[in-house]
Amino acid sequence: MSILPVNLSNVTVEKRGKRIIGPVSMELPGGGLTIVLGPNGAGKTTLLRTMHGIERISGGDVRWQVSRREAELHQSFVFQTPIIMRRSVLDNIAYPLHLRGHPRKASRQQAEDWAQRIGLGDALERPATVLSGGERQKLALARALIIKPDIVFLDEPTANLDGSAMRDIEQLVQDAHESGMTIVLATHNLGQARRLGKEVIYIQDGVIQERSSAKAFFAGPEDAGAAAFINGDIV
Amino acid sequence: MGDIWEGLEAAFWLIVTLDPELVQISLRSLQVSITAVAIAALIGVPFGAWLAISRFRRRRATIAVLNALMGLPPVVVGLFVYLLLSRSGPFGVLGLLYTPTAMIIAQVIIATPLIASISHQAIRDLWADYHDLLISLNTTKRQRMRALVWDGRRSLLTATLAGFGRAIGEVGAIMIVGGNIENATRVLTTSIALETSKGNFALALGLGFVLIAIAIAINLGIHAISGTEREGRW
Ligand SMILES: Nc1ncnc2c1ncn2[C@@H]1O[C@H](COP(=O)(O)OP(=O)(O)OP(=O)(O)O)[C@@H](O)[C@H]1O
Ligand SMILES: [Mg+2]
Repeated sequence: MSILPVNLSNVTVEKRGKRIIGPVSMELPGGGLTIVLGPNGAGKTTLLRTMHGIERISGGDVRWQVSRREAELHQSFVFQTPIIMRRSVLDNIAYPLHLRGHPRKASRQQAEDWAQRIGLGDALERPATVLSGGERQKLALARALIIKPDIVFLDEPTANLDGSAMRDIEQLVQDAHESGMTIVLATHNLGQARRLGKEVIYIQDGVIQERSSAKAFFAGPEDAGAAAFINGDIV
Repeated sequence: MGDIWEGLEAAFWLIVTLDPELVQISLRSLQVSITAVAIAALIGVPFGAWLAISRFRRRRATIAVLNALMGLPPVVVGLFVYLLLSRSGPFGVLGLLYTPTAMIIAQVIIATPLIASISHQAIRDLWADYHDLLISLNTTKRQRMRALVWDGRRSLLTATLAGFGRAIGEVGAIMIVGGNIENATRVLTTSIALETSKGNFALALGLGFVLIAIAIAINLGIHAISGTEREGRW
């Protein structure tokens, strides 16, 4: 049974008395590939973190189909700046399995397969802290996917990456989606949104301004802010 | 000047011939301080790590106290342990005063705050790095501690070596609680003090060189460790 759909009702997040996002109400069904689009500071990161349950919400609630504790076990998050543990590539990728008490040998085997997939098959024992930006991001993605979550949140996974690393990551995201995982990906890269998105959520000033299929959105958004964003008038 | 040259020469021969007294005193020094620092690390490292990831009301005050304890004058620690262990003190019946055990207790008290404080800083920095990831992965507090202590082990070793440096070079506390008794509680620092006062500069210098050699070895160790850490190897 999937933990999705997830329902947000009247969720707000405030920090130091300032409203960062909300009120947000929406339902996210399982199986989608949703792009969260919006200018810098719009609240994309905060929205993703809120759904994932690592942001303190000031009002409203986030409900999964199962208990919160159960839901937490079936989600992964890839942060805007990848968090790399001071361990080998292999131990980084295997860490979530290790936490779940999977047998060591099987975990290592799986982590090795993932390392191969992301092109780090020859760097298993290398300290992950010396990896390049693109390699770090791929490692973080592999570490997120290894537990086969129901849903993966990706926060600008290709910011500051060159074309080839970006394509690799987009391919991994596509594959994950095709294998049945629900994807929520924040970006302000329009090309990426067009390439990957099935659905677009446009957020600005902490409020969801528009939500529509990617096709409809790029054909001509209803929201004036979204239109300006697509035209490159706001970044 | 003559005294120093004679002393240096005599010290040289004491060391190369492995003078039994010198060896005995050096080994006792190592034994007391290594035992004390092992215990101090077992207390200080987990406490420092726990302090780094815990939120509680008196946290800031606790850290301030810890940092103050780091500068605790050894003589005062010695006096305190002496009062506890002396025959009329609360632990007098154990008969520990003027034994290596008493010296170990004093050095544990001296080294623990230092190790805990440095560990706390190291783990706090690592926790700032790892925070979001470990929260996202639903780690228990225990799992967080394990990840941080394991991944921060180089810095924690550095903290422990710093504690060892402080313990082995310390004289005030162990002089009071150990009594500098020949063949029983005499260690490098206390015998340097004694031999100097007796005018035996050769032995005092020989002991001093051994102490310096140990201190240098420690510093080289710390350098090697922090060096490899900077390059990202481990
Ligand atoms: N701890 C905080 N205290 C105060 N304001 C904050 C805090 N964290 C975030 N904000 C503000 O909340 C707003 C939304 O931030 P968020 O990181 O969610 O935006 P974003 O859409 O992800 O931006 P970017 O595209 O730059 O990553 C920003 O204006 C930011 O300055
Ligand atoms: Mg962001």
